[in-house]
Amino acid sequence: MSARHYDVIVLGAGSAGLTAGIYLGRAKLKTLIINEGTVGGQMVLTHAVANYPGVLETGGFQLSQIMKQQARQFGCKIESNVEVTQLDLISKVKQVEIDHDEVYTADAVIIATGGKPRKLGLLSEDQFKGLGISYCATCDGDFYAGKDIIVVGGGNSALEEAVSLTKWVNSVTIIHQFDHFQAHQHAIDEATNHPKISFIMESEITKFLGNDTVEGVSIINKRTGETSVVPTNGVFIYIGYLPNSEKFKGIVDLSEYGEVIVDENMKSNLPGVFAAGDIRKKKYRQITTAVSDGTIAALSTIDYIQNLKNNFV
Amino acid sequence: MLATNLKHIKSEEEFFQAVENDENVMICCGRMGPMCIPVYDIMEDLEEKYEKVKFYDLDFDAPHAHVLRNHELSRTFMGLPFTFYFKNGKAVKATSSIQSKAQVKENLETYLLKD
Ligand SMILES: Cc1cc2nc3c(=O)[nH]c(=O)nc-3n(C[C@H](O)[C@H](O)[C@H](O)COP(=O)(O)OP(=O)(O)OC[C@H]3O[C@@H](n4cnc5c(N)ncnc54)[C@H](O)[C@@H]3O)c2cc1C
Repeated sequence: MSARHYDVIVLGAGSAGLTAGIYLGRAKLKTLIINEGTVGGQMVLTHAVANYPGVLETGGFQLSQIMKQQARQFGCKIESNVEVTQLDLISKVKQVEIDHDEVYTADAVIIATGGKPRKLGLLSEDQFKGLGISYCATCDGDFYAGKDIIVVGGGNSALEEAVSLTKWVNSVTIIHQFDHFQAHQHAIDEATNHPKISFIMESEITKFLGNDTVEGVSIINKRTGETSVVPTNGVFIYIGYLPNSEKFKGIVDLSEYGEVIVDENMKSNLPGVFAAGDIRKKKYRQITTAVSDGTIAALSTIDYIQNLKNNFV
Repeated sequence: MLATNLKHIKSEEEFFQAVENDENVMICCGRMGPMCIPVYDIMEDLEEKYEKVKFYDLDFDAPHAHVLRNHELSRTFMGLPFTFYFKNGKAVKATSSIQSKAQVKENLETYLLKD
């Protein structure tokens, strides 16, 4: 085999992929982790992780740096900030091309590509990013001191971030597409009882308005069809996460929401293809559950490779 | 100081030295937050590939960061990080908020390396 052949390629270097890498490297399997974004994935988005057992409280970035270091110490190679441009997961020898340039092969692949924040999908959304549209209250909240802002969404993130933004802003209007919230009761109570927060329910933004920066939004009431304009200085968007599974459509069995379907050993419908973490169909998405999935996927992969070497597969 | 592997701009003097001494300079001015870390990470990756560009970070909360916080090009910015591209000492492009590797590469090619 060529020098570009690995025992295992892990797609994704979030908590699931890095954990898989730690176990595979420790089992002396030649392992390559290919990551389309920043090493750490969603962990990097978390300012403070307080529910990872064994660690009192730490930054998500710090936790991800330690996992990266552990995976490297056990011999994993990590390629980050690259694009997967072609994939063959069906053949016995799997193939992954990155940046239309380098091609790597492997006997097994673990898909640990996690999720990404859902965008509203409006044309002007990218144009106003950083100019009135934000996805991070902790990062950008102080730019909106004394201003009137909108938070879009009705889940835990939207409600909690709306409350946290009240530290800086004059008022928050939460715009949500349903007539109820999909959040824990304590988050709902805190937001609904807050004097600076008001609500526009059953409505969606249809357009961002403004020249250099956001000056308002057009909205439509989904029940009545009535349209109106809400003046605002800024919009924070928290409308959930989408699985990063576009590249696996039609190749691996996916759920109706685009999550990879695996059994309890993290095996997909394809031989030698496993999935772990937020990308797989499951109910609870946390660092601990991603780490657990990564462990199981790696141990299953180690068995698979062993059987392959013994000609049992 | 920011916990990155990039070269840090630690004073106003260093800032002027950096942009005036080198033809092509990219500076990311931010904090250690989730929108900034990916941009530093991308710059660290690109450092090897783009030898003609000097890459720096600058702590947004440091007093000397006013050189970029109050820059004409960042007048309307409301999202971290602020990313600046300097050609022969002049700011030719600036962006606000998180950027993808493709966006950074496009700006480097278009604004700094086009000839
Ligand atoms: C704001 C926020 C706060 C959170 N707070 C907590 C918390 O306090 N505690 C907790 O336990 N959980 C928390 N979570 C959830 C937790 O972060 C995730 O459940 C967990 O990190 C998921 O890990 P993962 O490895 O499955 O996926 P991800 O972390 O999403 O990592 C996937 C990686 O794969 C990369 N990728 C995507 N597509 C491809 C591809 N085609 N090829 C290669 N790579 C690809 C991505 O760039 C990413 O780096 C939080 C999540 C968010 C968004």
